[in-house]
Amino acid sequence: MSIFLTENSKVIVQGMTGSEGRKHTQRMLASGTAVVGGVNPSKAGQSVDFDGASVPVFGSVADAMKETGADVTVVFVPPKAAKGAVLEAVDAQIGMAVVITEGIPVHDSTYFWAHAQGGSTRIIGPNCPGLISPGRSNAGIIPANITQAGKIGLVSKSGTLTYQMMYELRDIGFSTAVGIGGDPVIGTTHIDCLQAFQDDPETEAIVMIGEIGGDAEERAADFIKANVTKPVVGYVAGFTAPEGKTMGHAGAIVSGSAGTAAAKQEALEAAGVRVGKTPSEAARLMREIVGG
Amino acid sequence: MDLFEYQARDLLAAHGVPVLPGGVAETPEQAEAIAREIAAPVVVKAQVKVGGRGKAGGVKLADDPESAKARAQDILGLDIKGHVTRKVMVAQASDIAEEYYFSYLLDRSNRTFLAMASKEGGMEIEQLAVERPEALARIPVDASVGVDAQKAAEIVDAAGFPAEVRDQVIAIAVQLWDVFSKEDATLVEINPLAKAPDGTVLALDAKVTLDENAGFRHAEHDALEDVAAADPLEAAAKEKDLNYVKLQGEVGIIGNGAGLVMSTLDVVAYAGEEFGGVRPANFLDIGGGASAEVMANGLGIILSDPDVKSVFVNVFGGITACDAVANGIVAALGQLGDEASKPLVVRLDGNNVEEGRRILAEAAHPLVTVVDTMDGAARRAAELAA
Repeated sequence: MSIFLTENSKVIVQGMTGSEGRKHTQRMLASGTAVVGGVNPSKAGQSVDFDGASVPVFGSVADAMKETGADVTVVFVPPKAAKGAVLEAVDAQIGMAVVITEGIPVHDSTYFWAHAQGGSTRIIGPNCPGLISPGRSNAGIIPANITQAGKIGLVSKSGTLTYQMMYELRDIGFSTAVGIGGDPVIGTTHIDCLQAFQDDPETEAIVMIGEIGGDAEERAADFIKANVTKPVVGYVAGFTAPEGKTMGHAGAIVSGSAGTAAAKQEALEAAGVRVGKTPSEAARLMREIVGG
Repeated sequence: MDLFEYQARDLLAAHGVPVLPGGVAETPEQAEAIAREIAAPVVVKAQVKVGGRGKAGGVKLADDPESAKARAQDILGLDIKGHVTRKVMVAQASDIAEEYYFSYLLDRSNRTFLAMASKEGGMEIEQLAVERPEALARIPVDASVGVDAQKAAEIVDAAGFPAEVRDQVIAIAVQLWDVFSKEDATLVEINPLAKAPDGTVLALDAKVTLDENAGFRHAEHDALEDVAAADPLEAAAKEKDLNYVKLQGEVGIIGNGAGLVMSTLDVVAYAGEEFGGVRPANFLDIGGGASAEVMANGLGIILSDPDVKSVFVNVFGGITACDAVANGIVAALGQLGDEASKPLVVRLDGNNVEEGRRILAEAAHPLVTVVDTMDGAARRAAELAA
């Protein structure tokens, strides 16, 4: 098993004909993902060749779903058009929309999040690397050749720290790694992933990576205390970040005394999570738990 | 981006929110001219992006243009909690009968917008929220619906505004939503929202924060940036589209990915404890691509920082494999030539790491040390900066 994304997932790409979309569609296909179509209203009816695989382009998400049975869309469209693209995916009732785009105005992401409430679409991101169930499917930009399928579940705000952690524990492997994104408003949270990993029989232990800004980690800590029986190892980045400065991710900012790494670490430890001081230490803690 | 009070006031006025007449001055003479135009007692207010300016002597009343000039003279140049006052706002002074509070903000925890309102304004809202939470109404605003007169009435009634100002505050609440939504703000805070003795309700002080991600639809917001206060290295980095934040330390940092770079700062700070408290000198995320050109630009900025004594390049080869990153570092050092004058510790991990390390070993640049682990490399970089 895995969470959210399986070997049966049929993936379409919004923005497949752009340079980033094309590059990463190629990589998704190469890692065995069933990419069944792209969406671009002005190129409907055409197809794009990827090393021999011809992927059809549809005029809308709804058309692509009707023709291919797609249940996942990966959104690469630029910030200006991202709101419209996500709203289209939500209105077409696709199962999951993975929003890679960085730099979407928060009024737009808050709008599409509100619009998706009560609907049937899980939103991942925005400003995220997507998710991978190694050996099964890869929806986004996470490199597929870091590691293989295994028993660790990973949820992280940061892309590169996701790759780093997958690499450190590559001999053990991962059920699913989910990059939930570094924006202030995101669709799928640490808590959603923790719940799914708790329910996934293949996942034996969970790595949770957080960073400064907001209170998602504190709320995840409360959730772990009440609902998660599997071992959780944590890592939090940003202890040295100054107050009031955005550190790369739009959501990574300490405001006054709120959103500090120290508060997050404290909350996680109080919930029984073992928190590594560095990514390597977090990996060592996980190794102690799962062996190998 | 946080705005100065005078910028926030201009933005409010442009959306019809009632404010008092006034203007911004950079010299005492300009302050005098504005006061002369207002032709009434004025208040001269330091324009700094920090609270507590009144207590610091940054807000003064003046009865006539000459004393406005003198007060501006006093306030310009004043250091308020580390912020040097470069501008003052000169606004018509107003007697205040009652003070209220009103704000819209992004509520990250609930992934929605929030209206906060109170008929008890004037004091710091954090203080009010702690001491008298029942006096602060907190009403969620659905981002896909917004605030119309009916929603505004719900907010105003929840806060229990007095009947004689209810209609005025409802109208202002709708105008403030206009500011919040149309300007892509993440905070619009009016404190105080004041009732003058004649019963008119006015925004007397405002804080506005704008979402920089929305810059593509607000070309006019560029002009609001405080260029004078920007750190020169941050300004230079911004010109090259680099994601850089200057810090107070000795180890220059370059990495790829915001999370990894934040983590790198932490690991360097831990390692630095052993070497007399060596700290990271900056945050610099060169992104997933990590091309030679971007690497050269990044190294250029960091090496021009006189505080930097050593540099730690920490890259995980994911989308861009380590051999490409290593070639980028070698090419960047070649481009920089003699400008590359400080020791570099490089840690590469991830795809094609052996090839990446081989390329660096072969180049054998005298300034470069390759260390295999992030923790070990941080230690070495801290040691070199001590």
